[in-house]
Amino acid sequence: MKVPTMEQLMAEGKQPEILFWVGSAGSYDDRAKKITKAFVKILNKANVDFAVLGPEESCTGDVAKRAGNEFLFQMQAMMNIEVLNAYEVKRIVTCDPHSYNCLKNEYPSLGGNYEVVHHTQFIKELIDSGRIESVGDAYKGKRITFHDPCYLGRANKVYDAPREVLNILNANLVEMKRHKATALCCGAGGAQMFKEPEKGDKDINVLRTEDALKTNPEIIATGCPYCNTMMTDGIKSKEKEDSIIVQDIAELIANAQNL
Amino acid sequence: MQYIPNILFAILLVAGIGYFVKNVRKLTRNIKLGKDIDRTDNKSERWKNMAMIALGQSKMVRRPIAGFLHIIVYLGFIIINIEVLEIVIDGLTGEHRIFTKVLPDSVYGFLIGSFEILAVAVLVAVIVFWIRRNIIKLKRFLSSEMKGWPKSDGNIILYFEVVLMTLFLVMNASDLHFQHAGHGNVISQYIAPLFEGAPETAHIVERATWWIHITGILIFLNYLYYSKHLHILLAFPNTWYANLNPKGQFTNDPNVTKEVKLMMDPNADPFAAPAEGEDEGEPEKFGASDVMDLNWVQLMNSYTCTECGRCTSECPANLTGKKLSPRKIMMDTRDRLEEVGKNIDANKGKFVDDGKSLLNDYITTEELWACTSCNACVEACPVNIDPLSIIIEMRRYLVMEQSAAPMELNNMMSNIENNGAPWPYNQMDRLNWANED
Repeated sequence: MKVPTMEQLMAEGKQPEILFWVGSAGSYDDRAKKITKAFVKILNKANVDFAVLGPEESCTGDVAKRAGNEFLFQMQAMMNIEVLNAYEVKRIVTCDPHSYNCLKNEYPSLGGNYEVVHHTQFIKELIDSGRIESVGDAYKGKRITFHDPCYLGRANKVYDAPREVLNILNANLVEMKRHKATALCCGAGGAQMFKEPEKGDKDINVLRTEDALKTNPEIIATGCPYCNTMMTDGIKSKEKEDSIIVQDIAELIANAQNL
Repeated sequence: MQYIPNILFAILLVAGIGYFVKNVRKLTRNIKLGKDIDRTDNKSERWKNMAMIALGQSKMVRRPIAGFLHIIVYLGFIIINIEVLEIVIDGLTGEHRIFTKVLPDSVYGFLIGSFEILAVAVLVAVIVFWIRRNIIKLKRFLSSEMKGWPKSDGNIILYFEVVLMTLFLVMNASDLHFQHAGHGNVISQYIAPLFEGAPETAHIVERATWWIHITGILIFLNYLYYSKHLHILLAFPNTWYANLNPKGQFTNDPNVTKEVKLMMDPNADPFAAPAEGEDEGEPEKFGASDVMDLNWVQLMNSYTCTECGRCTSECPANLTGKKLSPRKIMMDTRDRLEEVGKNIDANKGKFVDDGKSLLNDYITTEELWACTSCNACVEACPVNIDPLSIIIEMRRYLVMEQSAAPMELNNMMSNIENNGAPWPYNQMDRLNWANED
């Protein structure tokens, strides 16, 4: 798989059009790595001039910040900003809404000023500019419901880009009752991904999965690696994994392109 | 002797407004116990938000039934106050319905007629509200934090409204002069027959309802400070000073930035004594364990909260049976702030440590750690209250001052420190995925 690093490009005296911020989940988590690879396939197919930081990338510090560890967050942020600024990075794309929010909103006051886009926004750009021309009919007429990630939706009011990207699949897009601004969290945010939930009568991802099941979907589309894990687990707990797939929008587009 | 009612009225008015002003002073003093925060940028957007959200009720109507009923009561409250103005002028001057002398009959009739119709609409809305709270028992009015005073408070406000609206209609109905003139008695004409043929009774009832009505309004005004109902005033500044940044953007603590920059600066001397004349001061506390550690907008938020519970009814943690309720976070903050205020009053203007704090005595760590930081509560609040920012400040205190995060989170954080990822993987392996199938 062709994945140039900033270091390689710099040695060749080149500056890519965009930096792909892979994020910790996208780098190490088996499920999230599939999303990363699908997105890279899309980038390569569209001839996007991109690069990653590779071993020079480190956790954005987002999850430490949500857990209340402002020290660790700012340490991570300043280290990452040093690297990003040394490479004179101007534009960043990421598949993780948490990295997106953190890089876009919380890095500037610490000295990191970049234009940050979520991968669904970037894919939308590629479609609009004709760099993704057409996709096949693999998903034509399929019932797809999109689960809004909190840090993309409510946190940054990005509701349309993921839906517009899904539209080119000619699928049957169905909305859950709670969607866009009132979408229910998958349960992973605020550092919950890394701990057991407090005592309650249900897991949040199960409640959200029930929301999705009410739309009778064939596919639950996600735009966040953590949401993806939570919804996948939810579908398993409902024993629906044979009839319903949970996939990131990047995976759906890459599949539709036969990549 | 003929001036006695006017003098009595003036005393009543001064006492009513005076006591209210005294409590408003206490309220502002308490709010100012919070830390400073600058929220005066982008004034045009702030005015717009206030006009749309507080004045225009734009977030209220997202729930159409409650929103519609609320608009009726809200309009009734604002518009019927024009009538209160007439009552006040009459009371001070000894006139009767002074506006009839200034306004043409048709205009006066139109005004009073609208007030009467609104009064009936308010009565209906308030009765529906009461039914929602006490008979239908909507889930969000039954949470554990709504037991006791908060429940009574909600009902007392509704009873106040019923009494005030009824008094207003009976006052008009028993005013024979007003009934005979026939301008604007659209509703009261149907109550008026009760007083037909008994002019003396009518006069007594008219005077009694007039006095009880205005006294009731003054009592209600003073009830606000002791009640959740302060939102009718504070909704306006609260929406003006609300956060305008994207909801996902959390503040970067400037004290931490200072420390981190020092740690990362290779030339900094960690053992350096403070420069001559520089005040070393008390080391800054990270995060919040009590109300004084929060900023004044967060404290104003707590007084603005009217306990409607829309936040809690959208909170994923609360919906799945966890203890966290964003509404309780706001109520606890307000109750603790009131306690601190009373402490200051009792100790001649100085807060004396009472061994209590917002953390643990009011808000437990179990509640704080249940939050997913999803912003559903912030989005749901009809007056832009931000419970999430308080939760995060308190988590900051727990983690940075007390190292009291749940163990799994401590593991996650040491992974980030050691290898730049929340999991224990080697940073040099970050690009391994590119060479896997």
